[in-house]
Amino acid sequence: MSRYSAFSLLRGALTGHRHWQPAWRDPEPKSHYDIIIIGGGGHGLATAYYLAKVHGLKNIAVLEKGWIGGGNTGRNTTIVRSNYRLEPLHNLFEFGLKLWHGLSDELNYNVMFSPRGAMFLGHSDADMVKLAERGDAMRCDGIDADLMTRAEVAKLEPLLDMSRDARFPIQGGLIQRRGGTARHDAVAWGYARGADSLGVDIIQECEVTGFVRDGDAVVGVETTRGRIGAGRVGICVAGHSGHVAGLAGLKLPVESQTLQAMVTEGVKPMINSVIMSQSLHCYISQSDKGGVVFGGDPDNWPSYAQRGHPMVMEGAVAQGLALVPALSRLRMVRTWSGVTDMSFDGAPIIGETPVRNLFLNGGWCYGGFKATPASGWTYAHTLATGKPHALNAPFSLDRFERGATIDETGSGPMPNSR
Amino acid sequence: MMLIPCPHCGPRAQSEFIYERTVDSVVPLDAPSQEAMTKLFTRNNPRGVDDEIWRHTYGCRAWMILTRHRVTNEISGCRAIGPEALL
Ligand SMILES: Cc1cc2nc3c(=O)[nH]c(=O)nc-3n(C[C@H](O)[C@H](O)[C@H](O)COP(=O)(O)OP(=O)(O)OC[C@H]3O[C@@H](n4cnc5c(N)ncnc54)[C@H](O)[C@@H]3O)c2cc1C
Ligand SMILES: [Zn+2]
Repeated sequence: MSRYSAFSLLRGALTGHRHWQPAWRDPEPKSHYDIIIIGGGGHGLATAYYLAKVHGLKNIAVLEKGWIGGGNTGRNTTIVRSNYRLEPLHNLFEFGLKLWHGLSDELNYNVMFSPRGAMFLGHSDADMVKLAERGDAMRCDGIDADLMTRAEVAKLEPLLDMSRDARFPIQGGLIQRRGGTARHDAVAWGYARGADSLGVDIIQECEVTGFVRDGDAVVGVETTRGRIGAGRVGICVAGHSGHVAGLAGLKLPVESQTLQAMVTEGVKPMINSVIMSQSLHCYISQSDKGGVVFGGDPDNWPSYAQRGHPMVMEGAVAQGLALVPALSRLRMVRTWSGVTDMSFDGAPIIGETPVRNLFLNGGWCYGGFKATPASGWTYAHTLATGKPHALNAPFSLDRFERGATIDETGSGPMPNSR
Repeated sequence: MMLIPCPHCGPRAQSEFIYERTVDSVVPLDAPSQEAMTKLFTRNNPRGVDDEIWRHTYGCRAWMILTRHRVTNEISGCRAIGPEALL
């Protein structure tokens, strides 16, 4: 793999840019791999990268039914933050946030990570108490969080409706300045290029359709490109977790739902940070290209359709317009959606399953993009050693029957996440 | 948006309805703990047809069971339910 650098650009300028090579190979599947990862999203590719890089494993494949990054990795609103209240969550996401800060260098690929600040709005006294409590919990673990006054919020985001009779009056906020956004496609491509250069086979258009069993163990997968043997198999398919685990006879604490997002035409900078409101459910940021990206609640009934319903979009747009009235002057240019695996406490599931040699990484709901590096790092540890990493141990599949759920919103056993 | 054939009111816009939960997740009051656990915390979640409980909240307010395809959204059945459905 040739390194990308200013020098390689210059060299290209002199030679008509004919020296560029494909960023990863397109290999035929081998008959056996030590580790197979199902799903070529950011999480699967990051897992493969760290398996090769940190654990020195060589014989690894990532099987992707479509094209890499074509799932939720390429469909999300790219918000990266670690501002959760519960310890297991903020510790995992903070580990990831630290990796984000060095990711472009690590991968020699510009993931356009932009720590512009991730701000929650507070709309009432109760909101402000909740935000302060969350900020305190984070700071106890050394994670940055600053409570903001009304004036500070207004200064950071002049286009917010700060009037007293606003539909959603704003009293203050909580900001994590190290949070921000990244370029989703580049994350998939960067990890893919890195993993490929370390010998990982990335096999696209290869859907896993079944598992090969030997007694209580999985010893391979059936795919649309034939049977492939495996030492260990890691599921990493986001919204399709329930379906793929079902092929191995497992019933998961997951319900698949649609989450939509949308983007406006490109304009000059108007939104400086990532604006989020958890009392409503709305998040707004502006991409480096100028489009204002925003999203809201999932279509909260089960679906694998990967297309959303306008009535839910209308709700998100109404909230966005109430918060930033100037948005009403912009044209919406695109909407899309992804299939999210909503878990029953809103937290992810990473670890072993009751089937020997079969592992699961899923249940990320609609908040897993920010976790991509941490998810890959810890899942790689689990796949390489067969044991949980300290950071993913709390997220085991058996936590539900043990009564050890990680329920950030305290909303009980429903497919849920905030 | 889906057009839901309410057994009482006829075809109505989905925006009048609220999704409650799947039929496989209704926990009988006397369920043993293992069964209660499974029903509370897991779902069949098929990439295909499943039975779901919906309510015509902004209409006749009745509960009903919708049989729906999770990829195509095709509704192949909608039947009224009363208290006996929870037995
Ligand atoms: C609209 C939207 C907005 C979001 N916004 C945010 C956000 O702002 N911040 C945030 O942190 N998170 C966000 N998320 C969540 C985030 O996108 C996901 O949690 C994360 O990207 C999941 O990554 P992944 O690699 O696990 O999944 P994916 O990228 O979906 O990858 C899974 C892959 O598995 C493949 N696959 C499925 N079945 C099979 C099979 N049988 N065989 C082979 N391959 C298979 C799929 O084709 C897919 O490519 C959002 C999600 C959506 C949909
Ligand atoms: Zn009705």
